[in-house]
Amino acid sequence: MHVAFETLDEHSILLRLADTIDPEVNARVHALATALRAADLPRLRDLVPAYASLLLRFDAPTPGRADDDLRARIETVVNDPEAWPVAFEQGAWHRIPVCYDITHGEDVAAVAEALDLSVEDVVRRHSAAEYRVAMLGFAPGFAYLLGMDPSLAMPRRATPRTRVPAGSIAIGGAQTGIYPRELPGGWQLIGRTPLSMFDPFDDARPCRLAPGDRVQFEPIDPDAFERLQRESGA
Amino acid sequence: MSALEVLAPGLLSSLQDAGRPGWAHLGIGRSGAADQPALQLANALVGNPLSACAIECTLRGPKLRLHRDAHVALTGAPLPRARCNDAPMPMWASVWCPAGSELDLGPMMSGCRSYLAIEGGLEVEPWLGSRSVDLNAGLGPLEGRALRAGDHLSIGARRLPDRAVSGWSLDPRPWFIDPATDAPLRLMQSRHTAALDAASHATLLRSGFRVAADSNRVGVRLEVEHPLQAPSVGECISEGVVAGVMQLPPGGQPILLGAEHPVTGGYPRIAQLAGVDLPRLAQCRPGDVVRFAWIDPSKARDALAEQQRSLDDLCRNIARRLEQGA
Repeated sequence: MHVAFETLDEHSILLRLADTIDPEVNARVHALATALRAADLPRLRDLVPAYASLLLRFDAPTPGRADDDLRARIETVVNDPEAWPVAFEQGAWHRIPVCYDITHGEDVAAVAEALDLSVEDVVRRHSAAEYRVAMLGFAPGFAYLLGMDPSLAMPRRATPRTRVPAGSIAIGGAQTGIYPRELPGGWQLIGRTPLSMFDPFDDARPCRLAPGDRVQFEPIDPDAFERLQRESGA
Repeated sequence: MSALEVLAPGLLSSLQDAGRPGWAHLGIGRSGAADQPALQLANALVGNPLSACAIECTLRGPKLRLHRDAHVALTGAPLPRARCNDAPMPMWASVWCPAGSELDLGPMMSGCRSYLAIEGGLEVEPWLGSRSVDLNAGLGPLEGRALRAGDHLSIGARRLPDRAVSGWSLDPRPWFIDPATDAPLRLMQSRHTAALDAASHATLLRSGFRVAADSNRVGVRLEVEHPLQAPSVGECISEGVVAGVMQLPPGGQPILLGAEHPVTGGYPRIAQLAGVDLPRLAQCRPGDVVRFAWIDPSKARDALAEQQRSLDDLCRNIARRLEQGA
């Protein structure tokens, strides 16, 4: 796989693996991220995976020339994909309980109707898949998940909501996502998890999900939602 | 115990420091002072660590009461009517304020952001290693909000003797350069620069771009009479972005990303502001008309290194003078 180097500003290099949203490409992005973290590059401060690219931001200006030592060290890692970790084995596993009842996912019936499926089909297909956190963005802790059953793809709402409840599980195009906090948003809401996805007071791990993590959803009923929500104190 | 009381918040005043790097992979941006050299110089003038937390003011400064003795310093956009207890308050200088002093910073006549550093620094609980407020995400100290009347803030330990300095101030140039009247902002070519058509290239270099009213810490929105033609580059998928990225949304009016930019973006990137001009971007005021010129990346790099060197030298000189009690 060819990796293109692009200099963004004086501190940053963008590595681009492809120009597509593809679970396999994204798995490679996370494998490369792991390999680069292990390379212990001097003054690397931010390593930002996206669907098909990886942004490296350094504390000091990067000289950026092809003969520069830092650039050479990055190239050594990039050019030796055999040494990257096995892509599909990367990432922590999370089982996320989701209440798909219309009381917790306002759009679930409308989504089922638009897709010509029953609500049960939507729930079954959405909770059967294994997902990967492709990237976080849009807002702190917002996880974009790849791996959704393509039959569930659904355009965003024509008018975004000004307030989407924290923990909402939503479909936006071919992707699914989890709103970590109450936010504005235009995705279709099909359920909600009682787990806290974002805790600003946890300095070590403010977000439950990290890029490259794996996710499965487990359907629960409204009673279980209330109970788990009380237990997690969310 | 409260050491600083907000009597009136001004238009938009927030706590800012060097920012919160290292969390972008979780969607958490850097934030921090938009004009970093101005923040560092304000801190240097009162003997603080250069990255200490200060107040970033926007267009009109706050009115504050100090409940203990401290040196304070103002930098950034000019505040010609700033007063300390009815005496005019000089900028780019260390000003001694006895307990009970009232600071009234007033409006900025040019530029957009000023910095008020207080000896000891503002002591709020840091979030993820930084005391910067992320206004857009609503996160950080003070529940991620701007200052408001009635806020009481603590100040860290003082470092200077009483009345440590008198009578000298820094030359604001080159640390404040009005973006509207001075040299063009310098751009480096970026991923989609070559995909712009000839007319858009010409517009970018020859036209004035008005800073839109809805510009903020997230980005400076620009308005140009003849919108740029969106390059035909197909669909862009989101990737990591940095401050100074010039994005071109479909409407053809570009946006320059600022200190609170989202960590990823999906619009075509038609240019990258040279890092040396990021402080000037922070000073772009709604209504200003700015112009652009291309700069070679190696020249941009040299200019940034030179700016950093002279900033470091100046901060060291200030520290030396404060030590000598000059």
